[in-house]
Amino acid sequence: MAKYMLILRGTDESLAKMTETPFEQMLETMGRFNDELIRAGVLVAAEGLEDPAQGVVVDFGGETPVVTDGPYGETKELFGGFYIIDVASKEEAVEWARRIPAFPGTKCEIRRVPGIDEFPQDNEWIARERAWRERTGQL
Amino acid sequence: MSPGAGGPPRTESARRAVEAVWRIESARIVGALTRYTGDFELAEDVAQEAVAEALVTWSREGAPESPVGWLLATARRRAIDAFRRRSALDERYAALAGRLTEGEASSGAAVPPDRRDDLPWDPDRIDDDVLALMFTACHPVLAPEARVALTLRVVAGLSSEEIARGFLVPVPTVQARITRAKKTIAAARVPFEPPSAGERRERLGGVLSVLYVIFTEGSTATSGDRLLRSDLAYEAIRLARTLSALLPGEPEVHGLLALFELTAARFPARVGPGGEAVLLEDQDRRLWDRSAIRRGMAALGRASAAGRGLGPYGLQAAIAACHASAPSVPETDWERVVLLYEALGRVAPSPVVELNRAVAVAMADGPGRALSIVDELVASDRLSGSHLLPSVRGELLARLGRTAEARTELELAARLCRNLRERSVLLRKAAALT
Repeated sequence: MAKYMLILRGTDESLAKMTETPFEQMLETMGRFNDELIRAGVLVAAEGLEDPAQGVVVDFGGETPVVTDGPYGETKELFGGFYIIDVASKEEAVEWARRIPAFPGTKCEIRRVPGIDEFPQDNEWIARERAWRERTGQL
Repeated sequence: MSPGAGGPPRTESARRAVEAVWRIESARIVGALTRYTGDFELAEDVAQEAVAEALVTWSREGAPESPVGWLLATARRRAIDAFRRRSALDERYAALAGRLTEGEASSGAAVPPDRRDDLPWDPDRIDDDVLALMFTACHPVLAPEARVALTLRVVAGLSSEEIARGFLVPVPTVQARITRAKKTIAAARVPFEPPSAGERRERLGGVLSVLYVIFTEGSTATSGDRLLRSDLAYEAIRLARTLSALLPGEPEVHGLLALFELTAARFPARVGPGGEAVLLEDQDRRLWDRSAIRRGMAALGRASAAGRGLGPYGLQAAIAACHASAPSVPETDWERVVLLYEALGRVAPSPVVELNRAVAVAMADGPGRALSIVDELVASDRLSGSHLLPSVRGELLARLGRTAEARTELELAARLCRNLRERSVLLRKAAALT
C-alpha cells in the first residue's frame, strides 16, 4: 500500500465555473465523491484552499524574501486543494483521480507521499519528527 | 512508457490499469450485473470475461475513456450473448436479453468520464447491491475457504493470482474454489438480497468471520517463512471499512474494524530487521502507527456507543486498545485485560481465549495462578497439537524458575510451530535458558 496525493490545480476557466455553481450543488457533488472514497476505505485526508486572490506569496528569488499579496504570479494553474489516499498502486490512484468531479479546466497531479519509515531513522531530526507524528497521530 | 513501445511493457500497463479499475468497481459491477441478470454465476462469469477482454484490448488500444463503462458494457454484451444462446432453448431468456439490450445504448464503452450518471447502476441501489454481494459471497452453503476466495475476488476485486499468492495455494486451486462456489450458489438458488431481519444477525456473523479469516491470514501467516502478508490484512481492513459504512448500526462491524486497525497498528513493530518475529513485550512502541490507533479507538467508540455491550470482536478490540494505549508492557492495565478476557470467555468460549486469559493473569497476578489455568487446559486436552500451549507454559515455567521443564516445553512448542520465523524465536528462547 502507498499514499498518494491528488493535487488539484484550478485555472481561470475552472474558477469561473466554480463561482457560477450554486454552493449547495457543489457541496453535494464533492460530498458524494468524498463519501465514495470513505466507503472504499481509501481516504486519508482532504483539504481545499481559499480563493488564491486572498493568498500571499513569499518570493525567495532575491537576497531577502519578498512578500506580495494575491495569487502566485502569472501561473495559469493554481493549487486549489488536495486528497491523500492510501491505495494499492499508482494506477488505482489514477483511477480515483479520474473520478474527481472537478470543474472543466482543472488539472490533477498525482504524486506518491513517502512515509516517515523511508527516511534514515538514525537521523536526529527524523527522530524528532517521528516523535511529533506519534504525539499527534500523523504517522 | 514511450508510445508504440509494444510488447510486454504495454501489456503490463494494461494489466495494472485493469486491476486498478477492478479493485474499485468489482463489487458494483458484479452487483449490478447480478441484479440485471438475476444470475450471480453468469454475472461473475461475464465480468471476468470482460476483464480478460480488457487485458487484450487495452494493451492494444490503450485504456478507454471510461474504463468502468467499458467493462460494464462488455460484460453486459457477454450476458446478452449468453441469454440469446439460451433463448434458443427457453423463451424466457429472450426477454432477459431484450431487457439488457435496452440499457446498452446508455452505457456504451465511450461514456465520457464526466457523465457518470449514465452508468446503469441506480445510486439508491448500489448499497443494497454491494451488501447483497457480500452476503452472497459469504453464504453458509459455501465452504469456508470458498467464502474467502469469492469475497476477495468479487467484493475486494483481487485477481485469482493475488488470492493464490496471499494464501500460498496454487492459482488453479483458487479458480476451482471460485467456480465450485458459483455453482453451489446457483444450485442452492441463493437469492441476491441482504438477509431478512430474522436471519440478519447470524448471517452477519458469517460475513464478519470471513473478514476475520482474511485479516488473520494476513497478520500471522500460518506457514511459510514470512510472518506478515500485510496486503491481505489491508484488504480485510478495506472490506471492514466498506461494511461499517453500509451497516452503521451494527456494533460488531465497528468492533471488528477496531480490532483490525488496532492490530495492524502494531505491524511496523512486529518484524525485526532480519525478518524475525518481535513479541509484544519487545516491540518498539514508537513504531506503532498512531493514525491506525486513533482510527481503531474511534471505531471501538462507535461499537460501544450502541449500548448493547461489546460482542466477541468488540471485546478483542477493547483488549487491543489496552495495549495500544499503554506506554509499556508493565504499565498495561492487566486487570482490565483479565476482565475483558473473562467477558470474552463468556460470549465466545474457546481454549485460545482461556490461554490468553492465563497470559494476562500472569501479568496481573504472577505466573503461579496462570500456570494452574494452563494446566487445566493441558488436562482438558483441548489445545493439543498447537504450539501455543507449550510456548505459554514454557514461559510461565521459566518465570517460576523451573528451567529444565521450561526448556522442554519451549522445544516442544518449536517442533509444533509451522511458521519458520516464530519457530526460531522459540528455539532461541529455549537455548537461552540455562
